Amino acid sequence: MQHHEYMEDREMLKMIEESVADSAPVGSSALAARGITKAFPGVLANDRIDFDVVSGEVHALLGENGSGKTTLCKILTGLYRPDSGLVLVDGRPVHFRSPAEAYAAGIFMVHQHFSLVGPLTVAENVVLGWTREGGFRFNRADVEDEVAAVAERLDMHVDPRAQISRLSVGERQRVEILKALYRGARTLILDEPTTVLTPQEADQLFISLRRMADAGESVVFISHKLDEVSALCDRVTVLRQGRTSGSADLREERVDARGLARLMVGRDIHFERRSRLAAAGEGTAVLEMSGVSAVDEDGNRVLADVELSVAAGEILGLAGVAGNGQLALAEVITGVRPSASGEVALDGEPIPPGDVRAAVDRGIAYVPEDRMGTGLAPGLSVADNITLKAFRRPEYGRGPFLSKLRIEERTNDLITEFDVKGTVDTLARQLSGGNAQKVVLAREISSQPRLLVVATPTRGLDVSAMETIRGLLIEAAEAGVAILLISEDLGEILDLADRVAVICAGRIQGVLDAEGADVEEIGLLMMGGSVEGLEAERVGSDS
Amino acid sequence: MPWIEFRLEKRLEPPRWLGPSMPFVAVTAALLLGAAILLVSGRNPAVIYQRMFQAAFTNPGALSATLAAATPLLLTGLAAAVAFRMRVWNIGADGQLMIAAVLAAGAGIALGERSLAISLPAMLVAGAIGGIAWALIPALLRAYLRTSEVLTTLMLNYVAPLLLFYLIIDSTSYWRDLESPSARVFPQGKTLAESDFWPEYGEGIAVPFGLVVGVVLAVVLAVVLRSTRLGFQMKVAADSETAGHYAGIRTVRLLILVMVISGALAGLAGASQVGDFSHRIEPKALQFASYGYTGIAVAALARYNPLGVVLSAFLVGGMTNAGFAIQGVDLPLGLIGLIQGLILLLVAASEVSSRYRFVFGRRARPEPRGPGPPGETGEQATAGAGEGGTS
Repeated sequence: MQHHEYMEDREMLKMIEESVADSAPVGSSALAARGITKAFPGVLANDRIDFDVVSGEVHALLGENGSGKTTLCKILTGLYRPDSGLVLVDGRPVHFRSPAEAYAAGIFMVHQHFSLVGPLTVAENVVLGWTREGGFRFNRADVEDEVAAVAERLDMHVDPRAQISRLSVGERQRVEILKALYRGARTLILDEPTTVLTPQEADQLFISLRRMADAGESVVFISHKLDEVSALCDRVTVLRQGRTSGSADLREERVDARGLARLMVGRDIHFERRSRLAAAGEGTAVLEMSGVSAVDEDGNRVLADVELSVAAGEILGLAGVAGNGQLALAEVITGVRPSASGEVALDGEPIPPGDVRAAVDRGIAYVPEDRMGTGLAPGLSVADNITLKAFRRPEYGRGPFLSKLRIEERTNDLITEFDVKGTVDTLARQLSGGNAQKVVLAREISSQPRLLVVATPTRGLDVSAMETIRGLLIEAAEAGVAILLISEDLGEILDLADRVAVICAGRIQGVLDAEGADVEEIGLLMMGGSVEGLEAERVGSDS
Repeated sequence: MPWIEFRLEKRLEPPRWLGPSMPFVAVTAALLLGAAILLVSGRNPAVIYQRMFQAAFTNPGALSATLAAATPLLLTGLAAAVAFRMRVWNIGADGQLMIAAVLAAGAGIALGERSLAISLPAMLVAGAIGGIAWALIPALLRAYLRTSEVLTTLMLNYVAPLLLFYLIIDSTSYWRDLESPSARVFPQGKTLAESDFWPEYGEGIAVPFGLVVGVVLAVVLAVVLRSTRLGFQMKVAADSETAGHYAGIRTVRLLILVMVISGALAGLAGASQVGDFSHRIEPKALQFASYGYTGIAVAALARYNPLGVVLSAFLVGGMTNAGFAIQGVDLPLGLIGLIQGLILLLVAASEVSSRYRFVFGRRARPEPRGPGPPGETGEQATAGAGEGGTS
């Protein structure tokens, strides 16, 4: 009896599959999703999502954080199983039970965190954990040749014999892509691939992705950088709150970044672009760094002889590829990390190195890159997190005691002022990314700082939260706070900063006025060029 | 249904009532499981439990014995609670207690027959110092050399009893009794002068002085943790050391301070053992009792809440006392230990299960009408996940 009932289910499932297969646009679609629904406790992550990738196209999957992009991709690559709905490969329904089954169907994903083994070579990583039919032997030379051939086809510069740990982040990403293609990928999903790249590296990546598409493979490009999407992609599908909110063929209709933003958020977005200070960098310096060097835990030099100054009311943008000393710079200024040599001075007076409390007391506020865990204690309430630095102040209670009442009053004021969606008791980890960042900013800005160090303040935030955060920074600068804005998003720096400093391998490569700054030039500095070198080059090419 | 499936699903946010109710659930479940085991071994659980209850609380003198058993557990429980709250895994209360007993006994013996007003505070301070000293070794190692305090405190627990045996049995130390007749038969520690015995309070029942100290300290700790700047820093550092450092909290100092407080509390347990109960160093008894380890269990049962430790020390003390009182041919001591063990196991399990929920039911499958239009598909899936049987 029970067995019989089970049979019925199976038959019914088969019927559904057949009916769907009939209705699907057979043939052209390399990978498709039909009515994908996936719920997690309390969240409907995917709600009847339809999605189609045709062979030979670069297809953008666009959406704010929490719009369901990641869930959808995990379903497409066999990491999750949908509650309902179907995944189709070449028009045929598939039921992946693991990523391995998705690989077998030619679907690969390049995650933001690479899965490469440092001490091994490129070729070794490409074949690692992957068995080809009949293959127990590993013929190094053959694999290296094949990898080189695939790289050639994509116009990628990768040496198959190079050791992974010696490669840059951009090169490692290429290895991930090679790995997928070598293993027979026909559809490649890339999760925000340009976050870790310089503009030049991103351009290289785009060329390779185009090559793939031209060769008949398909690419799914997940991003929320709108200009990249409109530059690279053939079609775009936009997700909003777990549903497909729109799609467009970018080859036929011209949709600009603004139009895409509207699809993503459902309303017009206005990014403030700041009117720059007339005399950038000429006011009285609030922060002055001279000859500052620092080392990491292993004794490697992460900052070398840094000279920087930020004036009151000025926003100095620090551009650079992730991991080039930005974190160390922020930490040295704020006392979180001691410097090895040099001097950091605020309003002309040196700050003792490695003394967070002194820095806080002197009016240095810090919005760290790592929001949850550094900027906020995830398991504590909004009230506790607002009080994180201020709890020593006398107005928070008498003697050794802390006044809960006082803390709650203060928190409620800030929740209202900064429009945080949450209550005093909400735990930090329950907050959305945007609200979490607002709590950090509320705490830091309300401390009435002289200097505000902000690191990647809008990373991972959706467009509307970005808009708010940017507005808060501009407001603070207008109130006379000196701001050091560290960001990997060059667009953001150019929109907000008065001057741009470029860091590479712990060195300041140059400081430019943001007005009329050339992106190409900044890109070259990010890769270690120098201002003098650029000028020499320019003179050379002019003559 | 062909198969009933269930899976563990992480709770996004456990409801607030769930945590505090867990110890009660765990104790009840352990008693039920214990009853099953008693049944299987051919005993009537109702009778045994009744005898246990009487032996712990209602028989003549039972309550006094329970309070005596609870005293060291309260203090070592507080020692564990304070450290574990801050994620400092001091499992060395056992050793700290023993070293404290040595110093407290030394102070007591040295002060001879002077007034209790001098010797009692001296013994308390000496005990606290002993505990602190033994706790500082792993604290400094962890703070400056990043060694795991789990290993160092545990290892020091093996060193402390060896020291005790050396002082009382293998040497003619200051602490060894070399004169009384019984000490000639078997080595034993010097006994304190009767005037140095710690006082007891209450009529009909005896409340040891150490217990009073413990209760007062539990209240003080609760206030410190809840509503002082120090408690706030401990809360932040416990949740995220990185965030604490970022906020200018000196986490290394805080870590050492917590180990000092924890060691001092364990040390007071050692002083109380000498002053309240044994009045001399008894290496074998101290080693066998393993108050330090049981204190960890007491703290866990109280979910590391100081006021809760008072309750759980009383409960575990009662069970220990009952275990000794009713053991016999028909009821081995191991069976009581088994029930205690079950309680701890279930408390630990409840920590996990309060963060997860069981979802019963069959795997979700596509709606029969097809995956296209039906609007209920999504909502049903949500409802299923949200209201699926929880436990």
